[in-house]
Amino acid sequence: MATAPFVTGEDRVPDASGGLLVEMEAISKDFPGVHALRECRFDLRAGEVHALVGENGAGKSTLMKVLAGVYRQDAGRIRVKGAEVDIPTPRAAQLLGISIIHQELSLMPNLTAAQNIFIGREPRRALPFLLDERGLNDQVRKLFERLHIVIDPQTKVANLAVAQQQMVEIAKALSHRAEVVIMDEPTAALTDTEVDELFRIIRQLRDDGVGVVHISHRLEELKRISDRVTVMRDGQYIATVDTKAAAIAEIIRMMVGRTIYEEAPEIPEVADPNVVLDVRDLARGRAVRGVSFTVRRGEILGFAGLVGAGRTEVARAVFGADRPDSAQIRVHGRPTRINGPGDAVRQGIGYLSEDRKRYGLALGMDVETNIVLATLRKFLRAFGRVDARRTRATAEQLVQRLAIKTPSLRQKVRNLSGGTQQKVVVAKWLTANTDILIFDEPTRGIDVGAKSEIYHLLNELAKQGKAIVMISSELPEILRMSHRIVVMCEGRITGELSGREATQEQIMTYATMRAPVATVD
Amino acid sequence: MRIGLAALSPARRTTLMRSDAVQRLLAFAALIAIILIFSLLSPNFLQFDNVVGILIATAVNGILALGVTFVIISGSIDLSIGTVMTLSSVMTAVFITEWHAPVPVGILAGVSTGALAGIVNGTLVAKLKIPSFIATLGMLNVAKGLALVVSGLKPIYFNDTPDFNRAAMGSVIGGVIPGLDIPNVVLVLFGCALVASLILTTTVLGRFTFALGSNEEAARLSGVNVVGWKIAVFTLAGIFSGIAGVLIGARLNSAQPSLGQGYELDAIAAAVIGGTSLSGGEGSILGTVIGAFIISTLTNGLRILSVPQEWQTVVTGGIVILAVYLDIVRRRQQQ
Repeated sequence: MATAPFVTGEDRVPDASGGLLVEMEAISKDFPGVHALRECRFDLRAGEVHALVGENGAGKSTLMKVLAGVYRQDAGRIRVKGAEVDIPTPRAAQLLGISIIHQELSLMPNLTAAQNIFIGREPRRALPFLLDERGLNDQVRKLFERLHIVIDPQTKVANLAVAQQQMVEIAKALSHRAEVVIMDEPTAALTDTEVDELFRIIRQLRDDGVGVVHISHRLEELKRISDRVTVMRDGQYIATVDTKAAAIAEIIRMMVGRTIYEEAPEIPEVADPNVVLDVRDLARGRAVRGVSFTVRRGEILGFAGLVGAGRTEVARAVFGADRPDSAQIRVHGRPTRINGPGDAVRQGIGYLSEDRKRYGLALGMDVETNIVLATLRKFLRAFGRVDARRTRATAEQLVQRLAIKTPSLRQKVRNLSGGTQQKVVVAKWLTANTDILIFDEPTRGIDVGAKSEIYHLLNELAKQGKAIVMISSELPEILRMSHRIVVMCEGRITGELSGREATQEQIMTYATMRAPVATVD
Repeated sequence: MRIGLAALSPARRTTLMRSDAVQRLLAFAALIAIILIFSLLSPNFLQFDNVVGILIATAVNGILALGVTFVIISGSIDLSIGTVMTLSSVMTAVFITEWHAPVPVGILAGVSTGALAGIVNGTLVAKLKIPSFIATLGMLNVAKGLALVVSGLKPIYFNDTPDFNRAAMGSVIGGVIPGLDIPNVVLVLFGCALVASLILTTTVLGRFTFALGSNEEAARLSGVNVVGWKIAVFTLAGIFSGIAGVLIGARLNSAQPSLGQGYELDAIAAAVIGGTSLSGGEGSILGTVIGAFIISTLTNGLRILSVPQEWQTVVTGGIVILAVYLDIVRRRQQQ
């Protein structure tokens, strides 16, 4: 292993064992109006975990999709085990032993786990068009045993939890007996314990001589799992470094091309003791079982817990998106009934869902329209005409106040980065005079630079007197941002901690504190 | 090493009832209820001749519904099946009556016409990426027009070949068991349903039909030849339309070029009543057959009770809306 911190293509001498599984050279790819990749290179050895990092839009996923046959490069060469290859389709990649686990789950919910894993490669019977269902299930059962995954192969994927679906994806990639496994942000939807299990599988693969490409936004993962790191920025290759020899700060500097300080923002003291939102005995089915909490003016209340602990369900019930079985909600001390999102908005409650694209924004419409859309009624003139001057003024003011990076108010939201989109959603709620904001995973899928802007924004909002609930599965984020932290497990609040004193270990203890009746085997 | 179970409550892991299975059960119960109600209201309803009438009436719509079930499960729609059926029957008639081709050749010509229309539909949808609603709406009119052009706007009769009609309306069963004169068209329906069911559940085509409707992009990324299999699904629907065309020609002893439009809606209704999800990925042949029987039983029963034709249509429409609504309610409860 090279000891120099920078190992670039030229420095490396291919060893006699020919350990290079993949070499990509001068790969370029254009999409309409965008140079997605410009002369990128990448290589992968057998038996290594090679991390690929970069901000959103840096081209990581695109580069790997070229390798996996999803896109075809406009220029450049790919060699697999020394031989130049053409990878026009996903099937071609599979045949070369290249498997990819996509960022978005790409399973077919109406098919069973087993049917998903062997889609397109189903075991056949004597007549080649007949499926051998039993053989299929047997093979998958064995595969699951080998990977120690406890899922019935005959369960429909729609009936599996997200983390289980992820495991099915991983099993699918491994079922190809792949020599190259690409994981595009596999940990984004996983909790810490699940990430541990995933890393154990990755190490097992590495030890078996598989080359693993690991795309991730979570830089703290790099040191734990990767041997080398390649950094990309703006569709270009920046450098490949030996993980052991590189400092995280150095990698971040290469990613953003400037020095940013990852220092923890100060948590200001909460001055105002006024309780703005008081939720008592919130219950909804099995997901939420008697949850009570309060949020004060100017406070950021962190909601920690494992995925599926019921945090999003709490938020949706408070917001009126789902009808709770029982609840006593007081807003500014007044008992309130919330029968739908409309009621919540009138009470000044805003909910920023984790899936901004699906629930938060009209992607095809411009910034201004998105900002005023929810409160259009305020901007009406006679005969239902929209007062364009006032909508423009309001939007302009918010764009400035939140430092929304957009070339113009007419820019379509689709073309903005994830962090900027998040800000547009916030702006939308601010027009509604919202003073309680519920953020569900506000930084999911957002790159490092934009993350600190979102943190800054949350702090700003709190300073302005908003009451903020922040649901997050990233422990460092919860610890850094919250004044107070409540931890949920299986629909209940199992602990409450002060943001100053809490530790990751304490949160994890509460997050796994199951009620005795609800034991899981 | 145990993965992904930590955060999961036991409740979520219990297998949920499969939605299409529930709908099938519900549809079957509805069919029984309809039969019971009509037999109480009218003594003529359960007469042998009337039951045979229902079976015959189900045959054509049922076969059309089999084909469209595949298309709907795959996440598309085919509005052209009714008029493609008409075009197929006209082609059969042209071959047999005008060109004096042997009956089997005429049948083959009819079925091939359907298959060809299916290939065109599939190509438009899968290759040219035209939404199936639009592409098959176009094909609906193309087939309708062609049927009129080819036939010269007039019905073509199979008067020279009485065997053709006899093959469909005669009864093989009646020959074996005297008195049980169930016409052969009914056997064709059940035969086709059996084949369709086997295709859907045991073959590669069936698996990919579900895969396409469930998540087409995922199927593509898994290396499935999405374009090819989609064309195959539409072709299969076209073949069933062709069979239906031959059958309706034999039954009426003529090819009626102005018939056919509106049949596609009854067929889609049958599939939906039987639990096929219009959003794709779910459905079964058994459900579709039950759905087809519900429609024809209802129509027949209302006619026996002397309910005017136009009101029969109103009732069928209402039933479809109800079936879709029940499906939505059940899905909501599952979540």
